[in-house]
Amino acid sequence: MDAIILQTLNGLDKGSAYALIALGLTLIFGTLGVVNFAHGALFMIGAFCAVTLQRILGASFTTIDETRTDFLGNPMQVETPYVHAWFGPETGASIIEWSVPLAILFSIPVMLLIGLVMERGLIKHFYKRPHADQILVTFGLAIVLQEIIKYFYGANPIPTPAPDALTGSYDFGLLLGMDPNVIIYPYWRLVYFAFAALVIGGVFAFLQFTTFGMVVRAGMADRETVGLLGINIDKRFTIMFGLAAAVAGLAGVMYAPINSPNYHMGMDFLVLSFVVVVVGGMGSLPGAVLAGFLLGILESFASMTQVINLIPGINQIIIYVVAIIVLLARPRGLMGRRGVMEE
Amino acid sequence: MLGLGKKDLSLLILVAVLTMLAPFLLNPFPTDSGLAQFNAGYPDLMQRFVIFGIFAIGFNILFGLTGYLSFGHAAFLGVGSYAAVWMFKLLSMNVVPAIILSVIIAGVFALAIGYISLRRSGIYFSILTLAFAQMSFALAYSVLTPITNGETGLQIALDDPRILGVSQTEDGSIPVTHFFGIEMRATEVLRLGGWEFQFSAGYYLCALVMLVAFYLAIRIFRSPFGMMLRAVKSNQQRLYYTGLNARPYTLAAFVISGMYAGLAGGLLASMDPLAGAERMQWTASGEVVLMTILGGAGTLIGPVLGAGFIKYFENIFSKLNDNVLHGWFAFLPDGLEDFVVTIVHPFVGKGWHLTLGLMFMAVVIFLPGGLVEGGQRIARLFRRRKASDEHRAAQETPAE
Amino acid sequence: MGILDVRDVNKRFGGLQALGNVNLSVAENTVHAIIGPNGAGKSTLLNCLVGKLIPDTGSVMFDGQSVLGRKPYEINQMGISRVFQTPEIFGDLTVFENMMIPLFAKRDGSFRMHAFEGVSHERGLIAEAEKMLDEVNMLDKRDFHAGSLSRGDKRRLEMAMCLIQRPKLLLLDEPTAGMARADTNNTIELLKTIKKSRDITMCIIEHDMHVVFSLADRITVLAQGTPLVEDTPEKIKGHPKVKEAYLGEAA
Repeated sequence: MDAIILQTLNGLDKGSAYALIALGLTLIFGTLGVVNFAHGALFMIGAFCAVTLQRILGASFTTIDETRTDFLGNPMQVETPYVHAWFGPETGASIIEWSVPLAILFSIPVMLLIGLVMERGLIKHFYKRPHADQILVTFGLAIVLQEIIKYFYGANPIPTPAPDALTGSYDFGLLLGMDPNVIIYPYWRLVYFAFAALVIGGVFAFLQFTTFGMVVRAGMADRETVGLLGINIDKRFTIMFGLAAAVAGLAGVMYAPINSPNYHMGMDFLVLSFVVVVVGGMGSLPGAVLAGFLLGILESFASMTQVINLIPGINQIIIYVVAIIVLLARPRGLMGRRGVMEE
Repeated sequence: MLGLGKKDLSLLILVAVLTMLAPFLLNPFPTDSGLAQFNAGYPDLMQRFVIFGIFAIGFNILFGLTGYLSFGHAAFLGVGSYAAVWMFKLLSMNVVPAIILSVIIAGVFALAIGYISLRRSGIYFSILTLAFAQMSFALAYSVLTPITNGETGLQIALDDPRILGVSQTEDGSIPVTHFFGIEMRATEVLRLGGWEFQFSAGYYLCALVMLVAFYLAIRIFRSPFGMMLRAVKSNQQRLYYTGLNARPYTLAAFVISGMYAGLAGGLLASMDPLAGAERMQWTASGEVVLMTILGGAGTLIGPVLGAGFIKYFENIFSKLNDNVLHGWFAFLPDGLEDFVVTIVHPFVGKGWHLTLGLMFMAVVIFLPGGLVEGGQRIARLFRRRKASDEHRAAQETPAE
Repeated sequence: MGILDVRDVNKRFGGLQALGNVNLSVAENTVHAIIGPNGAGKSTLLNCLVGKLIPDTGSVMFDGQSVLGRKPYEINQMGISRVFQTPEIFGDLTVFENMMIPLFAKRDGSFRMHAFEGVSHERGLIAEAEKMLDEVNMLDKRDFHAGSLSRGDKRRLEMAMCLIQRPKLLLLDEPTAGMARADTNNTIELLKTIKKSRDITMCIIEHDMHVVFSLADRITVLAQGTPLVEDTPEKIKGHPKVKEAYLGEAA
């Protein structure tokens, strides 16, 4: 029982990331009909937004403290971050400490902008081209974005810690009346899950309750007819792309403390997220979310020692195996509509 | 001759001449000149040209003809490499059995993966192949370590049995790969004036294999089978209602291209007897897609061009560093020189992949037909200009 | 017993009865037209004949064999060819290659690994393809890309591709839909020539009454998934039930 709860919890954070990326992929595919292989790169850029803000906030100036000396006997050089000078040492320190959550605010405009530029500059010319071309051009773009990040930030992972207040762990077992230390769960993963749930809820609410969302949903169902109604669907789709980029970016920002950002994290997640989309059903938003969590949790169960002893290596391939079975047995995925890319 | 039309035959002869003379053609600059860094005529690089040429030719039979975009072809290359190295460990260091086995094993693998993947088409097919390749990669890294030697990669060792050969040479070192006694690493060097030309046995073996592979590809392209594959790409509905079953055709194409990939993997291992899982990763699969598109998918010569192009620039660009750049732009005023070097810097050396990605995008956006189409466009432009010149000349003549 | 016998075929899509107890018999070497208002089930019926749909109940026999459960390519190999509403051809291939593919299918069956000898060695088939192209007046467009042809030429090419297989039964799904008058008349002439010059049975689904009455030997009127009447064109013309179905007149 405790193992089941623990593995379910462990699967939640990865599942959340899958769900968020898959959600964006599905939004783009469903509205624009484009298969975006650069979506993983957007997730990665989101994570680097956190790194960037951490660096900006940590920017400091150097003063010489005559009263102290370093080990060579020279006057001590002291680095003072600007925020310390501006807001006082205590507030300044906590601002730096909370840079990851603050990066959420920072990343939204950045990701929206990147999304808009990408859609207007590139993707829009590929609406009518075959899917193979879309895959290829976004694949090229993914390489480019990845290399740009590598150029500016280097190839090594950059630790981006969560605020101290959220770095501890929570003993879930106690809550459920179990022995202490049976189910220990890091706070930040809880935060990540809650955050993902919030973003997903937000996106669904947006699509469900706004006129904009209604038009987009109608466009997903039947683009031509909506176009005939005299609604400028293209403009809305551009915004939709920006939104999808922002969702991927947010997923990346908050993932930074869980896994130190590196330039190829996007590619790693992209392959799995595509698999998630396919399992959930191409073009189905609830399907993407459901499949994201399911596969994340499944992966976590497959990583249990008992399971690995039974079937060695299963943790490495479980997602692919599930995808292959689903594709063959039920090609439209768990919740896909009939006829969407079926063949 | 050889059952080819005139055009195809001259293309084959051209490719044959170019590959045979490659040690000369790729070393146009004297060894001690500043331009020697643009030479590509050393064995290691030339081998990669032709081996990846084979890989791309095979990939093109699937993608270029049927339009099925596989994102997992590197898996077959990796499997081929493993098979070859195992032959070196168990049987002998002769490359022939190793290459044969790598083709067969890759073919069997492709049959199994293709049988399942081809039940879907379009993007589903791409994702299925991707999933299979990533699965193979993950397995090669973890559970299959007894066969693949995991992260370290599979290598030959002194205590391998090699039942038809020797475990170690007389002086106690690991034997080298050979073709009935001709060592693959054997290289003749010819010095002419300031020039130096290297003739490697390994390169010539690979080149000959590539010529055979290229010849077979031409035959496939011109055969009824090749025509069916193009029909699959063009209109599957019509194909079915014309009494043809597309599935076995695409499966056959998939297996053939998988065998080409296995052949390339076997040759890679024959030149340098080791095999690692990273050869199977999806970026490696992406690379062959890239070569084929860049050269021109669906054309005969395109994939070979693309493979050569990418491998050449990979080699040259990744060698460039700031010192070399400063040397180049030394003629500019100081400030401008630094500026230009700063601009170029991100694209060379370790930044080669950035250039590659940009090139890839540019080709897909502006030149979907790849280098071959580019060449044709330029040729057409010239012809038109010539035609209009002649036209003008014809108009002018009566006036004289 | 005709060459094609449809017995008690029913097909339901959810709550919609698309076909209800359809019985139809097409006699050999005749032109049989199926007409009916929109939504009468004509296309559903056609799809049941070619293997795209499988009826819920009933049987479809062709030349003494059941076609049910067979794949489209197997049904074609039995001797049924189909012309689509919008011409389905191999747009990326040349006109000549479009003709060769059905010839290979006819000779080699649904799959044959024929990967070494060039297409240019098939002299017999090439001659046959060119003869057929000549017959439909398209020999001058032999090396054109089929995708670049005019709509009328595409239609002619598609018919030539079907005819070159010498099918026993040719199914035509609104062959003149969306055509200009002149093109329609050309198509009618073409079909008349085909009918005269070879032993072939045709089953034609059509909206255009002009086409139907110029070609058909027998006509079946379908309404709401059920055949209303089956008779010769002369009798159909004045039939009260047909008027009712088409015009909603009370008979």
